[in-house]
Amino acid sequence: MLTSYLPVVLGLLILYSFVMGRRRIRVAADAQAVRPHSQFGYYGLYVALWCGLPALIVVLAWLMFGPVIVDAVVMSSLPDQVTAGLDSAKLGLLEAEIKAIAGGVVFGEPSAAVVAAAERLNSLRGISSTAMFVVVVCVALGAIAYSRRRVAPDFRARNKVERTTFWLMVLCSVIAIVTTVGIVLSLLFESFRFFQLVPFWEFLFGTTWDPQMPIRADQVAAEGAFGALPVLAGTVLISVIAMLVAIPVGLLTAIYLAEYAPGRVRASVKPVVEILAGIPTIVYGFFAVLTVAPWLRQMGAAIGLDVAPNSAMAAGAVMGIMIIPFISSLSDDALHAVPQSLRDGAAALGATRRETIIQVIFPAALPGIVGGILLAVSRAIGETMIVVMAAGLIANATANPFEAVTTVTVQIVTLLIGDTEFDSPKTLAAFALGLMLFVITLGLNLVALTVTKKYRERYE
Amino acid sequence: MSEIESAMSTPPRTIGQELMSEEGARRVRRRYRADARFRAYGIIAICIALGVLAILVGTLVSSGYTAFVQTQVRVTVDLRDADIDPADVRAANWRGIATGAIESLFPDLPQSDARVMRDMVSQGAPFIIRDAVMDDPALIGTVFDIEIPASDRIDQLNKGAIDRDSPADHRVVTDQQIGLFDQLEAEGRISTPFNTALFTAADSRFPELAGLWGAIVGSFYALAVCLVLAFPIGIAAAIYLEEFAPKNRWTEMIEININNLAAVPSVVFGLLGLAVFLNVFGMPRSAPLVGGMTLALMTMPTIIIASRAALKAVPPSIREGALGVGASHQQAVLHHVLPLAMPGMLTGTIIGLAQALGETAPLLLIGMNAFITAAPDSMLSPSTALPTQIYIWADSPERGFVARTSAAILVLLGFLVCMNAIAIWLRSRLERRW
Repeated sequence: MLTSYLPVVLGLLILYSFVMGRRRIRVAADAQAVRPHSQFGYYGLYVALWCGLPALIVVLAWLMFGPVIVDAVVMSSLPDQVTAGLDSAKLGLLEAEIKAIAGGVVFGEPSAAVVAAAERLNSLRGISSTAMFVVVVCVALGAIAYSRRRVAPDFRARNKVERTTFWLMVLCSVIAIVTTVGIVLSLLFESFRFFQLVPFWEFLFGTTWDPQMPIRADQVAAEGAFGALPVLAGTVLISVIAMLVAIPVGLLTAIYLAEYAPGRVRASVKPVVEILAGIPTIVYGFFAVLTVAPWLRQMGAAIGLDVAPNSAMAAGAVMGIMIIPFISSLSDDALHAVPQSLRDGAAALGATRRETIIQVIFPAALPGIVGGILLAVSRAIGETMIVVMAAGLIANATANPFEAVTTVTVQIVTLLIGDTEFDSPKTLAAFALGLMLFVITLGLNLVALTVTKKYRERYE
Repeated sequence: MSEIESAMSTPPRTIGQELMSEEGARRVRRRYRADARFRAYGIIAICIALGVLAILVGTLVSSGYTAFVQTQVRVTVDLRDADIDPADVRAANWRGIATGAIESLFPDLPQSDARVMRDMVSQGAPFIIRDAVMDDPALIGTVFDIEIPASDRIDQLNKGAIDRDSPADHRVVTDQQIGLFDQLEAEGRISTPFNTALFTAADSRFPELAGLWGAIVGSFYALAVCLVLAFPIGIAAAIYLEEFAPKNRWTEMIEININNLAAVPSVVFGLLGLAVFLNVFGMPRSAPLVGGMTLALMTMPTIIIASRAALKAVPPSIREGALGVGASHQQAVLHHVLPLAMPGMLTGTIIGLAQALGETAPLLLIGMNAFITAAPDSMLSPSTALPTQIYIWADSPERGFVARTSAAILVLLGFLVCMNAIAIWLRSRLERRW
């Protein structure tokens, strides 16, 4: 494969062009006995950027559009009697079959035309990759030839190079926007397709969630019900349990560490509590399944309570543990932002520490704490692995924490795990749920930000 | 405040008199008791948090440590009569050879118990013998001993996970198997060495053969892609936003955007990867490349935020000094500020990568939870990653996978501890304070 050498070849070319550009300006400066406009290295960088950037753009464009063009050529070269009367879905299947055969995986007895197409696909792919190699190397060499002629002592290489790096940096920071736009667009696009199959209001306010789709098209079965309310109810139940665990423990931890603990205790306990935040969520999920859920069941059996093996309680409690450090460190920051003079003032009035904390410091830190709690709620709603492993799969709108409920994230994962077809409402429903999740968490984050910013007391 | 207010609202007595009176003293004591209680609540809360952490680590260690050793049975293989073509070793009847070797362990048992005997050692025995012979063709025609992993049930029995005293129909090994095991042990054929397969083998249906190597390689590839993409882009974005960007609406929007991206649930990034990378660009499912790209999008905000903080911590005098001796704005930043901010940026990057290493949900959505029995040989071949391997094993019903899941988690946590230790070391070693 020629293309596997491409990175090496391109790297060597870039290195060569850098060295060449620097040598050239040094020689030219010596010959004309002048000081060039920029330092020598900038001339090298100038040539190297010319060598590398256009070539890189060509590679990216080729990788993006090359396969599409090759596929289109192969499909359009199929004989008419093969493609006649096939709709787009069937054509897609045919294309997948051709690709599988081209990759060496043959199921059954493919027709001669399909085998021929697969061979053509393979040969076109080979041609495409060789052509890419040749074109990229030509572009790089041409760019070197063009840019080396501009290397001269009065050429402002630094300005050119700096302008390029500037725009590269701008490009990098725009990628954050592109990611957001990508998320929003992909969610919106797939959700839109979903809402063509299932009405929007039915999704939002429907009270049954049962995404079992018929396996065969002619099967007489339920169409599947896509009402998100019970799923949302499960999410809320588990999040509420999580917050009931996390808020008291996290807040009291923060208060003790910020107000009572001597410096040594604080310095050693705080990082240990924050270890809880560094543990991957899948570990918590396994912990919930392995330890917490059986323990809850035993406890329930001991007092005559029927606890489901995948109860909301187990998932919620473990999620709460995960969130403790989140709340404690954000509250700790908020408490620390309250100036010492308030504590001193309260102490001067004869208030005990507790009175100072509850009546002076806590109200002053409240906006920060509320903001932190809102962020924690948003994290609880978006948390996936704990609930995938420890919560149920059946949507069940209940307030009983010992029953199994399901959540938005569980449904997203279970709907999309395994092979996915992008035209069934089942997979598209996952994107609609994802959109809902994105909107809710985004809203919570924005509210949290505003609360912290707007209601923060300023003591300057 | 109510006590203080009431104390002040009774003018006939001064505060001093009030405090000295019987009633006042009681009130003060009550207030101090409340204070001590409050303080105790704080200590209890910390104990809960630390206790849960201890229980978590404790259960993982206690259920996982057994998976770091593996029960092995020394089997004598007789290849004197075996029909093996040295040119094509693979084609020989390895199943028959393995069965013969296993049956020769129990000469007293009738042929009708062949199944019981076979169930004593791993079903992978034919392949283990085959690979050993392929590695060393001189073994053909000889008699040699080879260590073969015991089957999962025997492994559990040896490690004491199965109670011998429980009623026979409550345990997964029969009395006969226990007898055979004791016989083997008496013959000195049972050993329990360190479980190297856990680190060298890929996934398998049989717990005694399953290992993490495929997942470790997959995670390594994904993290490499993530680093190569997220580190340069993240740092370039941070430099632009912190040092060059004008303060206007556009850059403010980018900032809000980055902060929000950092709080978007990871599963949404998985949806993005599925819809864009797999569906629009047609990249292969389960590939570490796609996993790494998805993780890079997720890690980038973390890196940008940490890098901006690092840049902010460099005092303006450095910039001004550089500008003062005639450096351009970019020279000042890239030659002088950036090297000083680099330790902080690296710390943030390592912490971001550690998060990415433990992230599961996005990888599930792009199919990195497939059952794959070989380590990936490139970034495009299907693979699992450490967290998704844990997910697969946690879902497997065999008993041996419980211990292996815990062991895999301990391995994952080990990697995370190392990464965080490097980050802490970097911070303490290289970071300067002004």
